Amino acid sequence: MEATVVETGTEGKAWGGGNQPLRASYGKMMMWFFIVSDALTFSGFLASYGFSRFKFVDAWPIADEVFTHFPFLHGVDAPMYYVAFMTFILIFSSVTMVLAVDAGHKMQQKKVILYMFLTIIGGAIFVGSQAWEWKTFIKGDFGAVETKGGKILQFLDADGERVALRDFAIELPKTREIHEESNGLWFQKDGTQTTYNFEEVKAGFMADKSVLIRTQLKDEHGHHIVLSREASEAKLLNDGKLVVEGANLKHNEYGTPLFADFFFFITGFHGFHVFSGVLINCIIFFNVVIGTYERRGSYEMVEKVGLYWHFVDLVWVFVFTFFYLV
Amino acid sequence: MSAHAHDHAEDHHDDHGHHHKETFVTKYIFSQDHKMISKQYLVTGLFMGMIGIAMSILFRMQLAWPDHQFTIYEILLGKWGEDGVMDPSVYLALVTIHGTIMVFFVLTAGLSGTFSNLLIPLQIGARDMASGFLNMISYWLFFLSSIIMLMSLFVEAGPASAGWTIYPPLSALPQAIPGSGTGMTLWLVSMAIFIASSLLGSLNYIVTVLNLRTKGMSMTRLPLTIWAFFITAVIGVVSFPVLLSAALMLIMDRSFGTSFFLSDIYIAGEVLHNQGGSPVLFEHLFWFLGHPEVYIVILPAMGLVSEIMATNARKPIFGYRAMVASILAIAFLSTIVWGHHMFISGMNPFLGSVFTFTTLLIAIPSAVKSFNWITTLWRGNLQMNTAMLFSIGFVSTFITGGLTGIILGDSALDINVHDTYFVVAHFHLVMGVSALYGLFAGVYHWFPKMFEGKLLNKNLGYIHFWVTVIGAYGVFFPMHFIGMAGLPRRYYTNTNFPYFDDLTDVNVVITIFAIITAAAQLVFLYNFISSMFFGKVGPKNPWNSTTLEWTAEVKHIHGNWDGPIPHVYRWSYDYSKLNKDESDYVIPGQDYIPQHMPLQENEEELNH
Repeated sequence: MEATVVETGTEGKAWGGGNQPLRASYGKMMMWFFIVSDALTFSGFLASYGFSRFKFVDAWPIADEVFTHFPFLHGVDAPMYYVAFMTFILIFSSVTMVLAVDAGHKMQQKKVILYMFLTIIGGAIFVGSQAWEWKTFIKGDFGAVETKGGKILQFLDADGERVALRDFAIELPKTREIHEESNGLWFQKDGTQTTYNFEEVKAGFMADKSVLIRTQLKDEHGHHIVLSREASEAKLLNDGKLVVEGANLKHNEYGTPLFADFFFFITGFHGFHVFSGVLINCIIFFNVVIGTYERRGSYEMVEKVGLYWHFVDLVWVFVFTFFYLV
Repeated sequence: MSAHAHDHAEDHHDDHGHHHKETFVTKYIFSQDHKMISKQYLVTGLFMGMIGIAMSILFRMQLAWPDHQFTIYEILLGKWGEDGVMDPSVYLALVTIHGTIMVFFVLTAGLSGTFSNLLIPLQIGARDMASGFLNMISYWLFFLSSIIMLMSLFVEAGPASAGWTIYPPLSALPQAIPGSGTGMTLWLVSMAIFIASSLLGSLNYIVTVLNLRTKGMSMTRLPLTIWAFFITAVIGVVSFPVLLSAALMLIMDRSFGTSFFLSDIYIAGEVLHNQGGSPVLFEHLFWFLGHPEVYIVILPAMGLVSEIMATNARKPIFGYRAMVASILAIAFLSTIVWGHHMFISGMNPFLGSVFTFTTLLIAIPSAVKSFNWITTLWRGNLQMNTAMLFSIGFVSTFITGGLTGIILGDSALDINVHDTYFVVAHFHLVMGVSALYGLFAGVYHWFPKMFEGKLLNKNLGYIHFWVTVIGAYGVFFPMHFIGMAGLPRRYYTNTNFPYFDDLTDVNVVITIFAIITAAAQLVFLYNFISSMFFGKVGPKNPWNSTTLEWTAEVKHIHGNWDGPIPHVYRWSYDYSKLNKDESDYVIPGQDYIPQHMPLQENEEELNH
């Protein structure tokens, strides 16, 4: 067939066959289409998040009041500072990834090693920070009371500042008997106990006349509605049911539990992506170190994992925007 | 980098000169050869199809003779068929698993998996898929998900029973029905693996079509089969991940206590903690996959039918570019119509009218395709072999089922027949039966390519076709009427409603037709297995077809062509092309010009 001079009629055409119309190897294109697919999974999650948030637009927690902590700075109100730091680290790791890919194009093994290493470190810091962020969110700070209808009541002092349960709750004598698994026919393990039970919070609230209740509902300006002292007493006595400290998949001291559900689920799914990205980067890193791609004459694998890594960063930009900024 | 990538593409699978000694395991089990993987998909798909059809026979028997005791229930269903009485919960389970198996395992994996794998490399002139390894992984993930789905039939509380659409809260609460326990968990696990398998398969199909076309095989010279598989894979990449989102969130709701789809539930004397979630959200996510899914099912069948019809009408396909354009239009529209499944879900009625509009738009490309098939047949030199008959059957059922789609796509009309047998009749004809006809047509046509030149028995094929086509209409045509009469779907028995007493006889007729049609598939099965071993070996190009697969070696070798890959000089539909003075065909005495034939002196160049 090579000997023939007959033309196929598609010579010189980009889509004429026998070439790569998009000038990309099949592996790189597979990565691109995988990214399309994964992006739609995240879109499904974020669309669901938007759907649910608009449903509770008048009761959605304000991110500025939720993520206020910074490691080693106890008691400092630092809204969003830490997540901004995390985001910066992740985006910076994208920059080092670009440099690694570029060094790969130029076949500079030493530089690829350095920049891949920095990327891995950046990813690891991000995943670690995510874990810290989760821990802080799970632990909570002020505590709240959940009503029979599943709504959250938070507490303010006379100056209108948030006040923690520990600051006004009164410890009552407890008669709680703890059973052991060894001496029972039927044993069901207790869930985690809160520091104070509802009776203690109620007693403390009745004793301290300056404490007011703030509901999870917002007024037309986006501020939470604060009840008067009388209304606060009535609300707590009639509707209060249990104490909530921190957030988990069922309860959330910051407001509607769906906020926590989506937070854990989406940042968790994203964190899983970052984690697997770090693992894949490590594998590629070691391949670079032992010279696999140097021998192969191409650092395309670095480019492929680079695509994935940029995608994961891009997804974080969206997650960050929807959970923290707007 | 570019130099490297170029070499890579040129030399891809160029190892045909030196064959490795293949063991039984690398040849038949963990094969990376697309032809073997295609057969693995087909056999797995047919096996799952047998189970799916058998289930439908069981619940059809229950519907026809609700008061009758059948020993077969006791034999097949065990504790759910004691004394020959079918348990209501197992009825729901049968309906659910029938739907799941037929939609995903037979018509998605069995149809697109089989023929994309077989035909993409052979028809575009490639030695194999871009990544044989990922292709193998894709099949084995599919196999694993099939096994898990079948395992779920044997768990104590029974398999998933919330319908193939698994709407929460029914599917999310284990205490709701027995089928929402372990069975549902296994269903979700199986589907998650299935989605991974489908993704890997689709990635391979897409990049293979883009990068590995042989020299001269421009996009407008591709057979319509390839266009259909290519676009099907794209839809799969776009829609399946959203089902994954829904499935993962449902898993969270079921097992980890989140409330994405659940709110205000009081069940078995207990108030659940869940608040704030919305089952309508699940429906949105599910149908964002669910609707494109029906096009994932039907597009490959359309591609196969187009190709078979042109070959057997000995005419170029009518309106090739219009066919391609309508495939693209269907693919695009399929992603913006999902709301027509949700007209009575409580969704905003205004959205209903928007979705009505987009849904009815799909009628345009569908009609373009239908007319083009009919005009391809018009004044053709029709070769009525079995593949052709099934292709004509496809067009028939696609039109019949498509017409009722116009009724169901209109929100005002849909409300009257929503969740009745009218809907069942519609989607079984337009995507179920049609896609199966496409599958059968494909198997009859390309059987020689799968089994080294052996042909399926033609007379058994005729019996299979005629009994199936009469039986399938016998099953689904009367369903329109009982649906219009208001008979709801998914009911175990209707004897409590005297209003439906008049419809009992129709249900008996439907069931008898269903049993006859299912029996006809045994003829096919016999034909398939016996021809696989003892089939008559036909000529290298048994249907005088123009496409490249018939130039490949009859004997299966890794790499498909013993010599170099043929180049392509023309589109794939040069049938009955006359020479310049219209005195004879371009090649005298031969009414087709294969794609690898260079342009002849005595022919006019077409715009392809």
